[in-house]
Amino acid sequence: MTTTEIVPEIATARGAALREFWYAFSRNKGAVIGLVVFVLMVLVALFAPLLAPFAPEIQDKTAFLKPPAWTAGGDPRYLLGTDPVGRDMLSRLLHGARFSLLIGFVVVVLSLVFGITLGLLAGYFRGWVDTAIMRVMDLILSFPSLLLALVMVTILGPGLFNAMLAIALVLQPHFARLTRAAVMAEKNREYVTAARLAGAGHIRLMLRTILPNCLGPLIVQATLSFSAAILEAAALGFLGLGAQPPTPEWGTMLANAREFIQRAPWVVTFPGLAILVTVLAINLIGDGLRDALDPKLKRS
Amino acid sequence: MLRFILNKLALILPTVIGITICAFVFVRILPGDPILAMAGEHGVTPERYALLREQFGYNLPIWEQYFRYVWAALQGDFGVSLSSKRPVLEQFLTLFPATFELTLFASIFSVILGVPAGMIAAIRRGSWVDQTLMGTALVGYSMPIFWWGLLLIIFFSGYLGWTPVSGRIALQFFLKPITGFMTIDSLLYGKFDAFVSALRHLVLPTIVLGTIPLAVIARQTRSAMLEVLGEDYVRTARAKGLSPNRVVGLHALRNALIPVVTTIGLQVGTLLAGAILTETIFSWPGIGKWMVDSIFKRDYVVVQSGLLIIALIVMAVNLLVDVLYAVINPRIRVAS
Repeated sequence: MTTTEIVPEIATARGAALREFWYAFSRNKGAVIGLVVFVLMVLVALFAPLLAPFAPEIQDKTAFLKPPAWTAGGDPRYLLGTDPVGRDMLSRLLHGARFSLLIGFVVVVLSLVFGITLGLLAGYFRGWVDTAIMRVMDLILSFPSLLLALVMVTILGPGLFNAMLAIALVLQPHFARLTRAAVMAEKNREYVTAARLAGAGHIRLMLRTILPNCLGPLIVQATLSFSAAILEAAALGFLGLGAQPPTPEWGTMLANAREFIQRAPWVVTFPGLAILVTVLAINLIGDGLRDALDPKLKRS
Repeated sequence: MLRFILNKLALILPTVIGITICAFVFVRILPGDPILAMAGEHGVTPERYALLREQFGYNLPIWEQYFRYVWAALQGDFGVSLSSKRPVLEQFLTLFPATFELTLFASIFSVILGVPAGMIAAIRRGSWVDQTLMGTALVGYSMPIFWWGLLLIIFFSGYLGWTPVSGRIALQFFLKPITGFMTIDSLLYGKFDAFVSALRHLVLPTIVLGTIPLAVIARQTRSAMLEVLGEDYVRTARAKGLSPNRVVGLHALRNALIPVVTTIGLQVGTLLAGAILTETIFSWPGIGKWMVDSIFKRDYVVVQSGLLIIALIVMAVNLLVDVLYAVINPRIRVAS
């Protein structure tokens, strides 16, 4: 009986909170632009096969290293030119969006799940569980991230999936630390004690009672990790240890293009620009989220 | 102060032990037999296999292997490179000055530009200057630096022909290393043209490696400055009638720099990771390129030691930053 009366109230409270959040977020013009670009990227990734004029692996043996269509010697069929083996740059870039967004998404999900679990356990139980978990997190953070990812890939073998695993491992301590700190701050609040007295078990207390109140900083961190993951994966691809050719991953495309930088600058320019625009859009969103979700930082 | 340092040392000791365990375990969890993995595609004869097994101590119990490894490392023995057959430490010491010189230039570059940029943005908060500076900083922060390096090469080396594409110095200058710093060695030999050549080789790698730290420092300086500018003592200083320059330059900057110093110190990890990419692009003969090359050559002794040494360097610098931080900010010292 009472629940049916409370539910609409919660719903309106949520709506109000959401509206307040959107108000704070949308005041940051950069964040809105970032969001628009990101949504466009997602659409490009989803509909890449429909948007791309060619399949990303198709080679035109008559058109190696064609410059972009608007320059001298360009071919109108290949808007952004072709690569050294005659594949359409535009088609490969559009398909590349799928890989970058997939990398960001998978890495963030993996590191969120593991980081939150470890952070919850450490902050909730304290004692030796906490010490053991946080020591390992400190250890991971003491290595420069790219170096650790490189070594992980050496162990696991090069490839897109292993690169994602390595990057997730490198990024998850940030989530564990944030969750642990938030859990420790929330654990002794009255509402948690009340829930415990009402008979909630450990799992329920951790996941349903405490966790939702620690989400703000985690969301901001997730956004930053999304862009970091894209950059790191591209770096691994560039070094030849990430996605392997002929995968049209942007970093991998750059690795193959290096020897042509003087002769065919477009082969280098566009994949990097795609990485920059995507990462920049996500970082803009991240800045906006931080301002909107973290009142302490609103001033700056 | 001594107690503070000892405290910090005790805190990082478990991490240091963890780092040695990681480096030790690394070679042992490579897929397949470590000796076959290290031998690469050529394979080994059974006699040589047994010999190598004994040489690496793989016939001993695992804990004894670990202690032997740590004991040797403590004495500076990191093993012998499989590809060059030279001791790893010797190779490291030859290559490290190149990385050190590059990271030093990149740090100076990022601090010299980053701190003033952040200050100006904070003072002119909300103006177009602030927005332009912070927009640029965000672009820098989002930069895939390996691509940035290639772009700079296309423009400055290819199109304008101003800067060399790779290496540390023009080939005609062969300087036997004294300090290992090309800029210093060339001056020590009194060869000014060599010095100029070394500087020209440094320009692009410095910009590439310094870009992300520059952006981070500018952003951090701005927010630290904004925080400080809102403090009571700044208002008091203003109310006393001090000139704006004096208020900002003396009262505000000194306090704003405290968190910035930490940020600068924390960039060491970013710099060393960035060096891996920067050195690869510019064929810079430092430890970053050495690590990448060793991974491709399956020279796992080098990768293992590189991992250990680099992590220990980052650790040591972070400790130094903590201590410096306590020196400039007594509150930290007392609190702990």
